[in-house]
Amino acid sequence: MSVWTRAIKPATFALCAAPLLMLASQTSRGDLGVNPIEYLTHETGQTALTLLLATLAVTPLRKLTGWNRLVSIRRMLGVFAFVYALLHFSLYLVFDQFFDVAAIWDDVVKRKFILSGMVAFLAMVPLAITSTNGWIRRLGRKWRTVHRLVYVAGAAGVIHFIWKTKVPEFKPYAYGSILLVLLLARVLFTWQKRRAAAGTQGAAYEPGRRFPDQWRPGL
Amino acid sequence: MLIKRAPDIRSSEITPEFVYRSRREFLRTAATGAVGAFTGASLLEDALSAQAALAHVKKSGYTVPGEAINSFDDITTYNNFYEFGTQKSDPARYAGQMTVKPWTVKVDGLVARPADYALEDFIKPHQLEERVYRLRCVEGWSMVIPWVGIPLADVITRVQPDGKAKYVEFTTLLRPGEMRGLRSGGLDWPYTEGLRLDEATHPLAFLAVGLYGKELLNQNGAPIRLVVPWKYGFKSIKSIVRMRLTEAQPKTAWNTATPNEYGFYSNVNPMVDHPRWNQASERRIGELFRRKTLMFNGYADQVASLYAGMDLKKFY
Repeated sequence: MSVWTRAIKPATFALCAAPLLMLASQTSRGDLGVNPIEYLTHETGQTALTLLLATLAVTPLRKLTGWNRLVSIRRMLGVFAFVYALLHFSLYLVFDQFFDVAAIWDDVVKRKFILSGMVAFLAMVPLAITSTNGWIRRLGRKWRTVHRLVYVAGAAGVIHFIWKTKVPEFKPYAYGSILLVLLLARVLFTWQKRRAAAGTQGAAYEPGRRFPDQWRPGL
Repeated sequence: MLIKRAPDIRSSEITPEFVYRSRREFLRTAATGAVGAFTGASLLEDALSAQAALAHVKKSGYTVPGEAINSFDDITTYNNFYEFGTQKSDPARYAGQMTVKPWTVKVDGLVARPADYALEDFIKPHQLEERVYRLRCVEGWSMVIPWVGIPLADVITRVQPDGKAKYVEFTTLLRPGEMRGLRSGGLDWPYTEGLRLDEATHPLAFLAVGLYGKELLNQNGAPIRLVVPWKYGFKSIKSIVRMRLTEAQPKTAWNTATPNEYGFYSNVNPMVDHPRWNQASERRIGELFRRKTLMFNGYADQVASLYAGMDLKKFY
């Protein structure tokens, strides 16, 4: 095991926990600026989205670099993304709505900005729950299908960010562009895989022919 | 300087609260590291480059009983002034680059006496007064602010609108070299706003030149800005260079940018939501939980009659 391989998990943990520690320290010092709730909401939301994109970047990076150990940090990134999203949602629940379920429902159905955020958050809940080894075993092949929800979370999260601003701003679109690249990478990998599979079989193209299940793209 | 006058107390006694506080802020942030020190230094510089105290300010009956006034720090470090960037901290950081002295206000359109006024001459005929008003931002936060200024109605009377004038259009300074936010676009600059003439001559409509007894800081719209407390904050246009009396309803910056979200009237109205967020409540800066938003921002008794018979859902 190289030093990089050994360091990758603790280093990722430290990086993921750093924003949380910083916010906790700022909160304890009362150093959150003029609008503390808004500041915490923005910071947790943006960190959640950053980590969600980082999670989605693992597979393309692994394929590009051939460094397969990268996959060992994917779960940690995803779980941390959920932790920040949960904090983000909790701030809204407590400080914006004070547990008023009717008001939250009203907010969700009336406003696409809130709806998009809620969709992103709710899509992450089953992902976090089924992230344990036990659930991975229990779900078997279905686990991958369930975890495609990460694309829903990523897309809804970026849209939520874009709809937040009053005029188009750089950052939400930068996040959107990164997401787009990560999704396009998957399309590309799938296409390559299909071609390679077709190549090794020496099979001629036949319209309507279905690939066997094991060739289906597993991203 | 707006009005020069020898101080009547010894200078040693007048370390203004905000300078004192920003020194403390500076020391505190300096201790937390280089980035903090940089921010602290620029805040300190702003505070010290300092705003002259305004003389002969009359107290007025306009105040907000039972509601705490926001601190000078709150009011001067958390701003929307997109000419300097879209982050709340951008105006405090970058508005210092705007030259506000000398300053000219052009008054034209349907008036008997169109003219370019030096700011001093524009203000001089009027008695400065202090008014404490609520400010409700369309984004869902609010503050209570002690402005110093003059009633807009008095200025309009003085420039003598002719009988055809129905609206007043206001324009903000457009100076790309000093306004870094203009590079990233967003709005159709220069920023413009407008009021119906009866709104503009309502006793609550105010032209502010000061804050907390001192000249306005640039981030708050120096040297002269509009304050229309019953409308969302973006109607209270900053750093005004032109007032034009018109017959047709003027174009306004936010309405032009996103007509379905920001109307010409933009009265604070808890019953009419912004398409993307709730307007029924607001977070008062300094409070943790949201409070209910009041009709016309709590000024319904004074201004509701201006809109009698109008469908406020249609004329949002």
